[in-house]
Amino acid sequence: MVKLTLRSAAIAVTVAAVSLSLAACGSSGPAGSAGNADSATMWGLTGGNQPVLQKSIDAWNKAHPDESVKLDFFANDAYKTKVRTAVGAGQGPTFIYGWGGGVLKSYVDASQVADLSQFIKDNPDVQSRYLPSVLKNGVIDGKTYALPNNNVQPVVLYFNKDVFDKIGAQAPKTWDELMALVPKFKAAGIAPFSLGGQSKWPDLMWLEYLVERIGGPDVFANIAANKPGAWSDPAVKEALTKIQELVDAGGFVNGFSSIAADSNADQALLYTGKAAMILQGGWIYQSMKKDAADFVKNGKLGYTAFPTVSGGKGDPANVVGNPSNFWSISSKATDSQKKAALDYVKSGMFTDADTQALIDSGAVPVTTGIESKLAASPDKDFLSYVYGMAKNAPNFTLSWDQALSPAQGDAMLANLDQIFLKKITPDQFVSTMNATIGK
Amino acid sequence: MSTSTGSSRRVLEKGPSGWLAAPALVFFLLFAIIPLFGVLFLSFTRWDGLGEIKLDGLSSWTTVLTDPVTGNALWVTAKIMFFSFIVQAPISLLLGVFTSASQKYRAALAVLYFVPLLLSSAAVAIAYKALLDPNFGLGPGLGMPFLAQDWLGNSDLVLFVVVFVIAWQFVPFHTLIYQGGVRQIPASLYEAAQIDGAGRVQQFFSITLPQLKYTIITSSTLMVVGSLAYFDLVFVLTGGGPGYSTRLLPLQMYLTGFKANDMGAASALGVILVVIGLALALILQRLGGKNRNASQLEGA
Repeated sequence: MVKLTLRSAAIAVTVAAVSLSLAACGSSGPAGSAGNADSATMWGLTGGNQPVLQKSIDAWNKAHPDESVKLDFFANDAYKTKVRTAVGAGQGPTFIYGWGGGVLKSYVDASQVADLSQFIKDNPDVQSRYLPSVLKNGVIDGKTYALPNNNVQPVVLYFNKDVFDKIGAQAPKTWDELMALVPKFKAAGIAPFSLGGQSKWPDLMWLEYLVERIGGPDVFANIAANKPGAWSDPAVKEALTKIQELVDAGGFVNGFSSIAADSNADQALLYTGKAAMILQGGWIYQSMKKDAADFVKNGKLGYTAFPTVSGGKGDPANVVGNPSNFWSISSKATDSQKKAALDYVKSGMFTDADTQALIDSGAVPVTTGIESKLAASPDKDFLSYVYGMAKNAPNFTLSWDQALSPAQGDAMLANLDQIFLKKITPDQFVSTMNATIGK
Repeated sequence: MSTSTGSSRRVLEKGPSGWLAAPALVFFLLFAIIPLFGVLFLSFTRWDGLGEIKLDGLSSWTTVLTDPVTGNALWVTAKIMFFSFIVQAPISLLLGVFTSASQKYRAALAVLYFVPLLLSSAAVAIAYKALLDPNFGLGPGLGMPFLAQDWLGNSDLVLFVVVFVIAWQFVPFHTLIYQGGVRQIPASLYEAAQIDGAGRVQQFFSITLPQLKYTIITSSTLMVVGSLAYFDLVFVLTGGGPGYSTRLLPLQMYLTGFKANDMGAASALGVILVVIGLALALILQRLGGKNRNASQLEGA
């Protein structure tokens, strides 16, 4: 008996442990669809735009109780995993929040999102409210599958004016100036750059801009088009080499690979004066406005475009980042859910109140004709800067991890992390990434 | 034990009715065995989690087995398993023996030791992540530079930090097992040893340790097999990084399945995980020796 029980207990424990680890991956469907079972559901992201979206939906539900939308919020990383599992299992929300690019394409390929081309044709007002350069990111094979839903988010080089004054320096205009600043800040006991390396995607902003400045937008366009050997473009190798030179020079804050951007620790280094600069998305202005109100209000926060690289082919006005986030409508939603969703898109989104709330939060809505509103905002300097940057950019490249397929994106982030840690060489990165082309 | 009626004796000889196991078996079948076969099936397919599931022969297996990241994940898992065992087993054995005695202060300490057991892995990981932050964590907070290491960002250090945090969380559990085991050892054994003139150390090695044989096997099985399932804590603490330094096999499985959306390869990794787990559990049971039926209380 003893023998039997012990062994079977052990086996049970083993299998339970293993299946627990497997079960940890499977996640449940939408969290409690209380209320009307057939009302449209929407999953949004926590963070800067959460109160804006909540307000917009609250206003819509109050005015349209028969077409109410049930809104839930999730943290960024958790959302990305959860929504895909849920959609795959037929349990997804009516409104699918997205970034466009490769992930949107995988939804389109699996016929999970509705074609909105006809809807746009029927409602010219919807089309004309968007900046065209942003709208086109929701188009795949000539059909519109996603509509922008918030603000333009270009990647910007932020700096702390106080610490620049302290060492008497100017914001870098070229890569050589940037490299020359590194020893000066180090001598003053200030980290030149903050970086949320544990989150990995902030690393990518460096590669995106360097490749853009050195080789122009075609380099990544070829990679995204899955051309064989596209990663072998010399611009990629040069960009990676420059990153490792910056790491060697001590350009990034001590312990950058254990700093998580999700907890905003990277921005905190900037506004506490422990780091002089940070390359980050336009959205961190919103959270710094909240977390370090005085720092932003007193004009201590500087921002500029990514420096040029001598001999580089890229137009210095080109931008990388997220043109916007998007709503797609699930093709598996019921007719009444779809109708409610489209009605909200038509007349509930980007109302005057919504647009104003976005601007008040420190964000630039993706709509046209907002110049006067931006000029009236207390954040007008930053907002006009970002608006002009997005509007005047000859090319706005979508963040690579969103533009590529999920498998390629994951491999790219993991290998880029290795580049920053100097565990692999640029050549190794290029050959590993070339092997993922087409996956 | 002795009953007069033949029928009830027959029941006792056969053991309790097999139907008692039925409810547990049903759940086990539903949530362990069937998914296991599901995973085995998926490992021969190609599926991105959204579209159709396409049969794809052995291609997921070749992807997984030729990918250097898999080998690295296995190696990291083995290292974590080894160091976790080396650290946790002696500490929890000694703490278990210490807290099993009846003095009041020991009971009070025992309560304190069990606190980590009340916390969820995610909470432990988030707390340690904040404490170990090189810029805003414990070191700079207390003004102690030697504590301000790049604990989670240094590829050479991070493994030991993870082992430490895992130990911090799980030592109380194993202490509890050992405490129970020690309390079952008959006091007469120690009394006899004292009369024979054995000291405390000798009593520990000659009585406590041999008497705890099966407790040690149970605890070790849980430790070793459990280290195959470390996921939540490491996922929140390091995300598998920096680089691949703490990408354990379960983490690699999760990231392959739900970040890279390659369910076929993730399932193949899952199958590898199950096979290793079963093999380890069986080996540990074998270590118990042949005469496992022999009484532990011989001579008591």
